[in-house]
Amino acid sequence: MPLAPQRISFSLVLATQGHHSKYLFYFVKIAYKAALRKNLTRQESEHSVIELKNAAFSYGGADILTEMNLRLSPGSFHFLTGPSGTGKTTLLKLCYHALLPSSGVVRMFEQDVRAMSRDDVAKLRRRIGVVHQDCQFLDHLSVAENVLMPLQVSGREDEMASSNLMELLGWVGMADHAEAKPPELSGGERQRAALARALIMSPDLILADEPTGNAAWEMGQRLLSLLVVLNKMGKTILIATHDLNLIRTAKAQVSARVLRIQDHRLQLAGADL
Amino acid sequence: MGKLTGIIEDIRGDRKSDRVVPPSGFTTRLTAFTAAAMAFLAVFALALSLAAGRLADRWDAELARTSTVRISAPEGQMAAQSEAVLNVLRTTPGVETARVMSDEEQRKLLEPWFGPDLSLDSLPIPRLIEVIETGVGPDVEGLRLRLSAEAPGAVLDDHTRWRRPLVTAASRLRLMALLAIALIATSTAAMITLAAQSALAANGQVIQVLRLIGARDVFIARAFVRRFTIRSFFGACVGTGAAMLATLLLPPAAEEGAFLTGLGFQDFDWLLPLAIPVLVGIVAFWATRMAAFRTLARSM
Repeated sequence: MPLAPQRISFSLVLATQGHHSKYLFYFVKIAYKAALRKNLTRQESEHSVIELKNAAFSYGGADILTEMNLRLSPGSFHFLTGPSGTGKTTLLKLCYHALLPSSGVVRMFEQDVRAMSRDDVAKLRRRIGVVHQDCQFLDHLSVAENVLMPLQVSGREDEMASSNLMELLGWVGMADHAEAKPPELSGGERQRAALARALIMSPDLILADEPTGNAAWEMGQRLLSLLVVLNKMGKTILIATHDLNLIRTAKAQVSARVLRIQDHRLQLAGADL
Repeated sequence: MGKLTGIIEDIRGDRKSDRVVPPSGFTTRLTAFTAAAMAFLAVFALALSLAAGRLADRWDAELARTSTVRISAPEGQMAAQSEAVLNVLRTTPGVETARVMSDEEQRKLLEPWFGPDLSLDSLPIPRLIEVIETGVGPDVEGLRLRLSAEAPGAVLDDHTRWRRPLVTAASRLRLMALLAIALIATSTAAMITLAAQSALAANGQVIQVLRLIGARDVFIARAFVRRFTIRSFFGACVGTGAAMLATLLLPPAAEEGAFLTGLGFQDFDWLLPLAIPVLVGIVAFWATRMAAFRTLARSM
């Protein structure tokens, strides 16, 4: 269940006891604004953010995923792990309608994706922040413009000036690259810019595919802290990763469930994690 | 009303949404050039259509009210038969005037075939009487019967036989010019569609990113539509301007009314080509919009 606005400030006190309190304050501020804007009672009435019922995905006759059953409750934190090539990215793509299931049901915010119009999909994606493994940008625009783009496409241009963009970029360590073009960035920088873009709308759900894969250890920890704080503010998080250290570090800070894809199926990971 | 507002928004757009598409210089320049070339051709097709229309109307009006009586008679009877024919014509309802054509006029008529030094005395040329009809015109069959009774060598030629093919030819020419304009419009739409599809395909990554961050199809399409509509419109303005200038520089229409020298615009006709850039803009708008939505429907 997401936190009510009055409880967010309490979380802030807990969350800001570590480093980077200035940046964390920023996230609390945007989360508070979002909570007021989106009317929390509606959010609380949702039973699941993402739900997969016997969902399967096959490609070229080969089964990639079968009998997928998953339910992400609002405010939950999940890791998705498994060896490379097992379908972690495919599962994430099913979650934000980049792929349609071959069979079964996928529901985004209580709506069956097969019954949704393209405009409905677009509007729901504004509630989801996605960080791809291969982060794509509008290469002719600066990092700052790319990060602000979700506000522009959703018609919230009036918030662009007051979005504290530089604070957000500062948190992900990209303040010095605000005017750089995406092709000039390294893999890690691209991921951090993609994370900033995913967060600018203060989404209800954050899907991240190996978000710390290209980041240095310190930066990886910082990004993880950010995701943990966002989760404590009521955001639903699903991270696909094969970095077990990242999962262990996160589990020390937050109550996270770890799912593993094995033999094309989704399982709860064992106690070794 | 909402739909109209949406269309206006699509054209008006805004600079920020326009920026989401990278500046694809070559494709859009090609589109502008194509629009200019097509507008240039359309202006000439329009000029041809108007000239053919004027020609058809003029031939129809002029030939419909004139006919000729040709008298072939021995030299001694020529004057008497001519007088008899004139008498018949003067008393025929539907005939406004009738007069014998002078030797000079007949020489001019024959000049294109026999040259300027033709001596009519050396040739058995029939005498021609020009008849100007009233708006109603005479009873042609009745007039033929009376002429054959009064002047056996007189033959009435009411021009119908060759007037019809001429007017039909001119009308067909006008129709073909209009068809050419329609083909130019269709080709413009096809070329802009291809260019738009090419631009959309080249910007697959942009579309993918925009969809991922929650852009609606109409937002993405708007950026492409605006760009192609504006480029096509300005390209067509240049093409139309150049064609109008070229038309203006054509030789003026000769007194004889030769067709080629009459090619161009007269009076308010000059306003008609100004509609071409607007039409090209409309064609570009719909072609790009349809191409954009068709391409976007294939993406997730």
